[in-house]
Amino acid sequence: MSRRPTTRRLPSASVVGALPADTDRDTLAAIGIGNPLVPMQEAPRVTATHPRVLAALGGSADPELRRVAVAAGNVVDPEIPVLTLADLGVLRRVYRPVEPDGKIVVALTPTYSGCPATATMAADVVRAAADLRSAVAVEFVLVPAWTTDDMSEQAGAALREFGIAPPGARPDPAGPIPLSLSVRCPHCDSRDTRRTSRFGSTSCKAMWACQQCSEPFEEFKVL
Amino acid sequence: MTPQLVSATAPNGADHAAVPSSRQADMADMADMAEYLLWLGDDALVSAQRLGEWITNAPELEEDVALGNIGLDQLGQARALLSYAGELLGRNEDELAYFRDDVDFRCTHLVSLPRGDFADAVVRLLLVGAYSEQLYAALTTSADERLAGIAAKAIKEVRYHVEHAAGWAVRLGDGTDESHRRMQDALNRAWPYLDELFDPHPLTDHLDGIAVDPATLKEPALQRITAVLDEATLTVPATQRVAGGGRDGRPSEHLGPMLAVMQVLARAHPGASW
Repeated sequence: MSRRPTTRRLPSASVVGALPADTDRDTLAAIGIGNPLVPMQEAPRVTATHPRVLAALGGSADPELRRVAVAAGNVVDPEIPVLTLADLGVLRRVYRPVEPDGKIVVALTPTYSGCPATATMAADVVRAAADLRSAVAVEFVLVPAWTTDDMSEQAGAALREFGIAPPGARPDPAGPIPLSLSVRCPHCDSRDTRRTSRFGSTSCKAMWACQQCSEPFEEFKVL
Repeated sequence: MTPQLVSATAPNGADHAAVPSSRQADMADMADMAEYLLWLGDDALVSAQRLGEWITNAPELEEDVALGNIGLDQLGQARALLSYAGELLGRNEDELAYFRDDVDFRCTHLVSLPRGDFADAVVRLLLVGAYSEQLYAALTTSADERLAGIAAKAIKEVRYHVEHAAGWAVRLGDGTDESHRRMQDALNRAWPYLDELFDPHPLTDHLDGIAVDPATLKEPALQRITAVLDEATLTVPATQRVAGGGRDGRPSEHLGPMLAVMQVLARAHPGASW
């Protein structure tokens, strides 16, 4: 059984000190300096044609609403920065209030009842809209309850690239035994994995370990 | 319904005789609704606080994280429920959480019992979870849409909590002699408090179609619990129930000291935020 090496040869201090500042990445990788120079993975950009943005606008052609919806859709989850609110599926509606002078309302839905990231998301939406000189108020709606099915397809790909296994198939709660399929390792794609804890660093994740490549990883739980 | 709640919803100095009878009926309904939301919200809040006491005290780091996360879900449910109650009572969620005394809480005794052994936490999570699972499932069809929405959110979280508790119950109950004994002891300690969760109450009759008669939840919840206990080789205790009274402002003697810890910061520094 082939195993991915889990340790990496560290470059010696003398080599690092001798490198010119503009050394190209291939040269650095060749002497064992690689990962720290890989640029941070960025969340896919959300445009006005994103299905969640279109749904949030509900057919409105109001240009300010559209700008605010795109800006709100581009806000990223503070705990999983490769997921935008649009891809996470928590952006629900962007609309003008009944009172003519009221602020534009951005309706979000929380992933979990007690998720502490929701307050940061709301503050980031207000800030993103303020950058466009639009004053918005954020409201939270619970109906319909958020599910991982609300996440976009590109959310799954972004999560995997980030090292988090995306939510898999939904177990049948009506079945006699709640059986779920094994989770694929986001690093080596093996299905030879085991769950080490039902709960992880945030409400939405569980902890797993891969028996093939020996790497631990997190899974975004099906909800 | 308590006099305190009626006064809390009535406008200050309002002449009750001048209020049309339909308004009076609405206000009575609102007081009942708020009271019911306190039942559910206080159970969730007090349970969350007790689970929080496990952080740094659980048998392994993963369990610190697990119980903390379960408590966080319950805290989120409590916030949704208490915010709703607060809107009906003219108070906010923080006032309800931090500035009520133990006799103003409406939680059952089971959720306020001291932290105890890890086996106590597992047993309580299983019993309260099995009850909550039935409760929230039934409330998803409540005539009150906002409550139905909170329940639809909570049910998915609670199911996961029960699975977690059931996993531990089987692992420890059907484990070593020591773990089996401690699980059975914990079950014996918790069992007398279980019945209070299912006590019928006039309040749910007043809220027909909105609230759930707790007595109807007993059979399905017990089925779930006993199935887990069977697999865990644990015995259903043949103990007498305790009196209860948490729904009517007669809390367990453990609630006061717990609230003292939970509320001290907010009361020492009113309006403090971070």
